[in-house]
Amino acid sequence: MDFTLSKEQEMVRKVMKEFAEKEVKPIAADIDKRGRFPRENVEKMAKYNMLGIPFPVEYGGAGGDDMAYVIAVEEISKVCATTGVILSAHTSLACWPIFTYGTEEQKQNYLIPLARGEKLGAFALTEPNAGTDAAGIQTVAVLDGNNYILNGSKIFITNGGQADIYIVFAKTDKTKGTRGISAFIVEKDRPGFSIGKIEDKMGIRASSTAELIFRDCIIPKENLLGKEGKGFKIAMSTLDGGRIGIAAQALGIGEGALEETIKFIKERQQFGRPLAKFQGLQWMIADMATNLEAARLLVYRAAFNKMKGLPYNKEAAMAKLFAANTAMDVTTKCVQLHGGYGYTKDYPVERMMRDAKITEIYEGTSQVQQMVIAANVLK
Amino acid sequence: MNIIVCIKQVPDTNEVKIDPDKGTLIREGVPSIINPDDKNALEEALRIKDEYEDVRVIALSMGPAQAELALIEAVAMGADEGILLNDKAFAGSDTWATSTALAEAIKNIGEFDIIFCGQQAIDGDTGQVGPQIAEHLNIPQITYVEGLKLEASKVRAKRRLEDGYFIIEAELPLLITATKALNQPRYPSIRGIYEAFKGDRIKVLTAKDLGIEEYKVGLKGSPTRVSRSFTPELKAGDLVMIEGSPKEQAEGLIVKLREARII
Repeated sequence: MDFTLSKEQEMVRKVMKEFAEKEVKPIAADIDKRGRFPRENVEKMAKYNMLGIPFPVEYGGAGGDDMAYVIAVEEISKVCATTGVILSAHTSLACWPIFTYGTEEQKQNYLIPLARGEKLGAFALTEPNAGTDAAGIQTVAVLDGNNYILNGSKIFITNGGQADIYIVFAKTDKTKGTRGISAFIVEKDRPGFSIGKIEDKMGIRASSTAELIFRDCIIPKENLLGKEGKGFKIAMSTLDGGRIGIAAQALGIGEGALEETIKFIKERQQFGRPLAKFQGLQWMIADMATNLEAARLLVYRAAFNKMKGLPYNKEAAMAKLFAANTAMDVTTKCVQLHGGYGYTKDYPVERMMRDAKITEIYEGTSQVQQMVIAANVLK
Repeated sequence: MNIIVCIKQVPDTNEVKIDPDKGTLIREGVPSIINPDDKNALEEALRIKDEYEDVRVIALSMGPAQAELALIEAVAMGADEGILLNDKAFAGSDTWATSTALAEAIKNIGEFDIIFCGQQAIDGDTGQVGPQIAEHLNIPQITYVEGLKLEASKVRAKRRLEDGYFIIEAELPLLITATKALNQPRYPSIRGIYEAFKGDRIKVLTAKDLGIEEYKVGLKGSPTRVSRSFTPELKAGDLVMIEGSPKEQAEGLIVKLREARII
């Protein structure tokens, strides 16, 4: 057993940390307040190959690995969970399925610009009546000559409206349940594809969460990702990896909040001494640091398994369940330790607390993670 | 065109903590970084490389084996290669011995057009190594540069002064020391990091490789002796509030400064 990161991964952490502190942190509060999508962050990340970290150089990637990617999401999320999810959804949910299931032509046409960060990606599975019950999607794709005709709508799509390339799931055979679902690569300018409502959210407010509408949207047959009927499997395996990204985001949010809080309680004086000198508060800090370390080990373990080609379905679910839970718990306590200040927008912990909540919901709620874990443990 | 950038690996002074009992720096666990001004030096070289064809940027450093990481980072930022002078013979070098070794390494590289250095390092703070290298090589130098234009075989540099600046023209080859105002250093790219660790982008050279006589470098070659190092005692001064109108306050301040023989 070896807990050390490679030299490359260590340097990636150092660079991501510096990048996050200098480029992302200064605008994090403002973009949250305005709900403004940070296009400049996307462009800067693209410049330094941060939008294609685990993919080979020949496909536009950085030639890095899954651990480096997880570290990048963690470091960015320490200062801005919005930018963390933009990075995570793009890499795990859009680039990865094309890299894994795409034809060589699809990789050339779509993965290369995505991994280079010239284009932004999104993943569209959820519908008004199909969230956790993903098999219940009603969007349909009908083959017509050399094209599929797509009809239906998607909701809560991260990067929706901002992305250029969408992985869209639709039923190609209504009689076959999960085996009747197929995956498609859809560019934003396809006729019949439009963006609907943009959600006004509690947290990750600067990320774009949108409704996608398909009305007789024509998709060339070549844009079918994987085989017809394999869409559900593609969606589930993509989400397995996505969960590691979100777990890393949750971890980063918690770590970021704790860092801010440690700084605060060392300075804030009450009863003639800094808050950090009170044993009752020290114990809270100790528990938070311990839980975050445990979350970090679970997240890194899941990333390690993925990197080594080992199974990671259970590990990813455990990492996300625990990291999200920890992020919510830690950020809530961090607001508490800031007292009244923590409840104001003068300090970042209230934003972090709002941001943490979504990690218990998207890419599989905590309850879905428990289902996945139980299915693994009880089999 | 060959550009040589001298970089130094230094402890990140933002992360350095003071031992409250001994009053000394706790260096353990303190991350090492490329000296900030040296990053500006490197950035300027990389900007020239971005702008012109056939520019080779060589990062050069002297230090312990772990300084290789600073050179790898320089390569990850875009330098073509790194050279590390690493030898027990170099240990304990002061600025003179360091510049002697670096100048020999530069002669060993052969042709060069510009040498970039940072204006000074955040640990030693001497600002001597750059100018000394130029003297060893007998080439022109422009220090404290905050703006630079390359024009054919010469440069136009804006050299910072305390209350103004010079515009200086000089012929290549020459040595430039960079200030923070010169540019905004780029980050290493993630791809750059993975590529920099591959293969043999970093060459490690010893005193023998450079043909330097050992008495010229290291402690033996260092005329500087550190006689004592100490933490200055913090003296809490007496606080005097000077009250009255702004004019009265200013007059009161002048009186106090005169009494203290400061003016």
